[in-house]
Amino acid sequence: MTTETRKVLLGPLFDNNPITLQILGICSALAVTSSMNTALLMSLSLTLVTAFSNMFISTVRNHTPSSIRIIVQMTIIASLVIVVDQILRAYAFDTSKRLSVFVGLIITNCIVMGRAEAFAMQNPPGISFLDGIGNGLGYSLILMSVAFVRELFGAGSLFGFQLIPLLKDGGWYVPNGLLLLPPSAFFLIGILIWILRTKKPEQREVPEFRIHEPAKGEYH
Amino acid sequence: MSVISDVLALPNDSRKKTYIVAFVLCLICSIAVSSAAVLLKPVQDKNKQFDKQRNIVAIAGLAQDGVSVSEAFKQVEAKVVDLQTGEYVDLDPKIFDARAAAVDPKQNVVLSKEQDIASIKRRAKYATVYLVKDEQGKLQKIILPISGYGLWSTLHGFLALQGDANTIVGLGFYEHAETPGLGGEVDNPNWKAQWIGKKVFDEQGKIALRVTKAPVADSDPRAVYDIDALSGATLTSNGVNNLVHFWLGPDGFGSYIQKIRQGGGA
Repeated sequence: MTTETRKVLLGPLFDNNPITLQILGICSALAVTSSMNTALLMSLSLTLVTAFSNMFISTVRNHTPSSIRIIVQMTIIASLVIVVDQILRAYAFDTSKRLSVFVGLIITNCIVMGRAEAFAMQNPPGISFLDGIGNGLGYSLILMSVAFVRELFGAGSLFGFQLIPLLKDGGWYVPNGLLLLPPSAFFLIGILIWILRTKKPEQREVPEFRIHEPAKGEYH
Repeated sequence: MSVISDVLALPNDSRKKTYIVAFVLCLICSIAVSSAAVLLKPVQDKNKQFDKQRNIVAIAGLAQDGVSVSEAFKQVEAKVVDLQTGEYVDLDPKIFDARAAAVDPKQNVVLSKEQDIASIKRRAKYATVYLVKDEQGKLQKIILPISGYGLWSTLHGFLALQGDANTIVGLGFYEHAETPGLGGEVDNPNWKAQWIGKKVFDEQGKIALRVTKAPVADSDPRAVYDIDALSGATLTSNGVNNLVHFWLGPDGFGSYIQKIRQGGGA
């Protein structure tokens, strides 16, 4: 693997993670991470959609009129999402029922569109495909970590297997109901960003402006 | 081929190329989308069918170890009922879709505010009921589709009654979007278990069943009508109470249940 491919494929895991660095795709990360099953299926769908949309968009990039560029991208992405949604309904019925609208909403996921516009429009299909996979993996990594904490402590299980016996079933663990609600994902993603930016200080953003220190006599 | 290379050779921003690219792209994408939809439809329909059967089998207590769902479902007979009269109508239950009919102005009934305790606004004229009979053809179980609004979502499920149309065999929802851990506990097997064996009607034939925060003590004769509400989920519990009352009442399956209780339903 050349350094270039490695960077494209593995960079988005920690160095350039779409969720923690670019803060994209948060909406679905909040919604589908209450269990590992849904998170895994969502990660898989998003990775596939990003990879293939990058590839197709990159294939037609030299013949895409710039005036309809965004619509061309959207059409390709939307078609892929519908195909993925149909496949899930056929072969992963139960989980797709729980994912409900969120598969359809991949169309509006900023990661897909962002990679199409930022990478696929400038690069050949092969490397664009890998870029899609890489960013999908970055998204998946965060989704799976959040879902791990939420399902383990919110329901005492992982992938639906009961690991900690719950009080209501005669065990000892009182599950933390907050973790099953979307806001808890905010806290967890926040903590992940905190850890990542402490380990990698170069990811810290430079403040866009300084709060003006009032000069003497300026108080009103 | 020369046509294709001619088009490709056009400058990207020419109007002609813009139109051609847009048209060709839409054509390709629509072919991809429609073929996926058409090719996968049979599998999806099978899934839906199976899901429904599994729910009915589970709620009616027909599930047994080692017996497949479709095998267990063979005991179940589906029939379409006119809710107004309580009579069976000659419609194929395989084709009739109550949820589609509920939004079709030709096949639905708009409910007035007073009638609409389950907050569903309109219901289909007909409903599909599922019957389980013993070898002699005697009615054993009746499974009724029910739906109504909880806190966030419409709950869709089934209520199974015994052949006397009074004793509850089971209740369950196959589709809802209530808060996980609170209203979502309508799926909790422990909570659903307390419905089993409860009675719906009192001696006067009134609906006495209720979901309540303060159920009477087990020694009280009325305990057989009381379901303990979900803690932390008052609105979902009220919703379940209302929708059960609606569907068992005069605007729901009331006349059908009446017929069965008089012995004419089977």
